Amino acid sequence: MRTRTLKRLGAETVALTVATVVFLIPFAFILLNAVKNEKEATDLGFGWPTEWRIVQNLTEVVQARDYVLLRAYVNSTILTVASVTLIVLFAAMAAFVLQRRQDRMSSAASFLVLTGLIIPPAVVPTIWLLQELGLFKTLPGLTLVEVAYGLPYAVLLFRAFIAAIPREFDEAAMIDGCGGVRLFFQVIFPLLRPVTITVILTSSVAVFNDFVNPLYFLPGDDNATVQVTLYNFQSQYSTQWNLLFMDIVLITIPPLLMFVFFNNKIVNGMTDKALTG
Amino acid sequence: MTRRVAGRAVDKHVTDEEAAGRRSRAAGRRSRAAGPDRRRRPGRAAAPGRGGPSPLSHRRTRSRGGRRHGSYPYALYAPAATVYLVIFLVPTVMAFYFSLTRWTLFDSTFVGLENFRDFLSEQNLRVGFQNTIVYAVVTSGLKVVLGMALGVLLTSSLRSRGFLRSVVFFPVLVSTVAVGITFSMLLKPDTGLVDRALGLVGVDGRDWLGDATTALLSVALVDVWKGVGLATVIYIAGIVSIPGSYYEAVMVDGGTAWHGFRHVTLPLSWPATYSVIVLSFIGGLRTFDLIWTMTRGGPGFTSDTISSIIYKQYQAGFYGLSTAGNVLLFLVVTALVVPLTYVLGKRQVAS
Repeated sequence: MRTRTLKRLGAETVALTVATVVFLIPFAFILLNAVKNEKEATDLGFGWPTEWRIVQNLTEVVQARDYVLLRAYVNSTILTVASVTLIVLFAAMAAFVLQRRQDRMSSAASFLVLTGLIIPPAVVPTIWLLQELGLFKTLPGLTLVEVAYGLPYAVLLFRAFIAAIPREFDEAAMIDGCGGVRLFFQVIFPLLRPVTITVILTSSVAVFNDFVNPLYFLPGDDNATVQVTLYNFQSQYSTQWNLLFMDIVLITIPPLLMFVFFNNKIVNGMTDKALTG
Repeated sequence: MTRRVAGRAVDKHVTDEEAAGRRSRAAGRRSRAAGPDRRRRPGRAAAPGRGGPSPLSHRRTRSRGGRRHGSYPYALYAPAATVYLVIFLVPTVMAFYFSLTRWTLFDSTFVGLENFRDFLSEQNLRVGFQNTIVYAVVTSGLKVVLGMALGVLLTSSLRSRGFLRSVVFFPVLVSTVAVGITFSMLLKPDTGLVDRALGLVGVDGRDWLGDATTALLSVALVDVWKGVGLATVIYIAGIVSIPGSYYEAVMVDGGTAWHGFRHVTLPLSWPATYSVIVLSFIGGLRTFDLIWTMTRGGPGFTSDTISSIIYKQYQAGFYGLSTAGNVLLFLVVTALVVPLTYVLGKRQVAS
C-alpha cells in the first residue's frame, strides 16, 4: 500500500514537473523579459530582472509609433464584437431552418456548411471581390470575411443544440399564432443561451487571434489589428525584445481573462459538440 | 484558431445527425421522417376511393403541413446565405477561372494551365507540397499520440489534474503570432533557452529554424505544443464517457491497467481519435501563421508550405500564380480529407 502511494506521488511529481517545464516556462519567459530593461532582454535569458520596468515598458509600448497599439486594440475590439454578433445571429437563424426542414434546400445548405469547414478560402479572388464592392482595406469588409469563415462551425454547434429542442415547442407557439420569424426570435432563440455562449467564446477567441485574414484584407497601419501589429513589431523591435514581449503580454490578456472566467464553458463547449453532437 | 476549431467539427455532421435521430426517435417523432411524410401525402390524396381519409381530414393534414412549413421560412437563411455565398463561395468559384490567367486584379489574360505548370515544375514551389503534407502528418500524428497519453493521464487519479488540464489547454487560446514569436526566441542558436538547456546536459544545440533539415520540424513541434491541449480535452471527454464497469470487467478477469487501456480505452476512444486526426490534419494542411511568423518559409524555400507560397506570390504581384496555388490547395485538401473522413468514419461505425 505504501509503495503504491509513493509510486503515485512519484508519478504526480514527474507529471507536474514535465508539464511546468514544457507548458509554463515559455510563459514565464515572456513575463520575465517583458519587465526587463533593454540590455538584459537582449540576452534572452531566463534570469531574474535586476530592475522591474513594468510601467516604463508598458507606456513605451503603448506610445510606440504614435499609439498604434491602442488603435489596433480599438480595431480588434470592433472587429471581434461586430463579427461575433453577426455570426451568432446569422448562424442561429440558419441552423434553425436547417434543422427543422428536411428538404433539398437543407441538404444543399448542409453540404455548403461542410464545404466551408474543409475548403481553404480563395484569398486573392476574395480581395478582388472586396475591391469591386469597395470593401477592401475596410473594417466592414474584414468583418464580413470573418463572418463568412466563422459561420459553418457556428451553424454546426447551433444545429446540434436545436436538434434537442422538441418540435412541440414550435407547435405550441404556432397554435398561439406565433410562427416564422417571431417563433424563432421569441421562442427558440432564448432557449439557445448555453450554446450561444459557447459560440460567442469560441468565435471571439478565433477572430481576436486571427492573423491571416487581417494580413490579407486589412493591410496598412491605420486600421491594423493587434495580431498584425504584433507581427510588425517583431521586425521593428529587433533590438528591444523587452518591448516586444510586453506587447505579447498585452495581447494575451483578453484570452487569458476569458480562460480564467470561462475555462470550463469553453472546454465543455468544444468537446461536447465535437464528440456527441 | 478559427480554422482549426472550425475544422474540428467536420465529423460532427455524422454524429449530430445521429444524435438528433436517436433523440427524436426516442421522442416518438423522427426528424428524418418529415421528408417521407410529406411525400406520402399526395399518394393518399390520389386514392380517395379506398375508403381512405375523408376530404375533411385530408384538408386538415394539408393545412397543418402548410403551416408547419410557413413556420420555418427560408427568409431566416437569407443573411447567412448572402454573406457566405458572396464572400466565400463566389471567390472560390472564381478562383478556378483566375488560376488560368495572368492577372493584375484589373484585367486578366487567359494563359491556360501555365500557372499550374509553373507551380509543379519549379523546385521552390514543389517543395511546398511535400512540406505541407509532412507538416500535416507530423502534427496530426503527434497530437493523437500525445493527446491520448495526456488524456489518459489527466483522467487518472492525479490530484493535480485540474491544474494540469488548464496548463495544457491554455496555449490553445493564445494567439499563434505570439506563440510563434516567443518560440523563435527560445529556439535562437546558442543564446536561445532551448540551446542553453541542451548545453547544460552537454548536447550541442543548433540553429533550429535556420537549418534546412530542422526548420520545418521545429515549427511542427511548436504547432503540437500549441494544439495538443485541444486534442487532450477531446480525449478527456471521450475517455470520461466510457462506463467504469468496462474497466471493472477487465480487472475481474485479472487484467492489468495495460489491458484496460489496450482493450477498453483505445477502442472506445475511437471517436475522439477520429476528431483529432481530421481536425489537426485539415489544420496542418492549411497552416500559415506559425510558418510565417517563425521562418517565413526559410531558410531559402525549405520550410515553405502551400499557404506561405500563396502569400509570397501574392506579395510579389503574381495574382494568377497565387490563385493557382490556392486551387491546388483546395485539391490537395479535398483529395486527402474526403477519403480520410470516409475511411475513418467507416471504421467508427464498425467499432
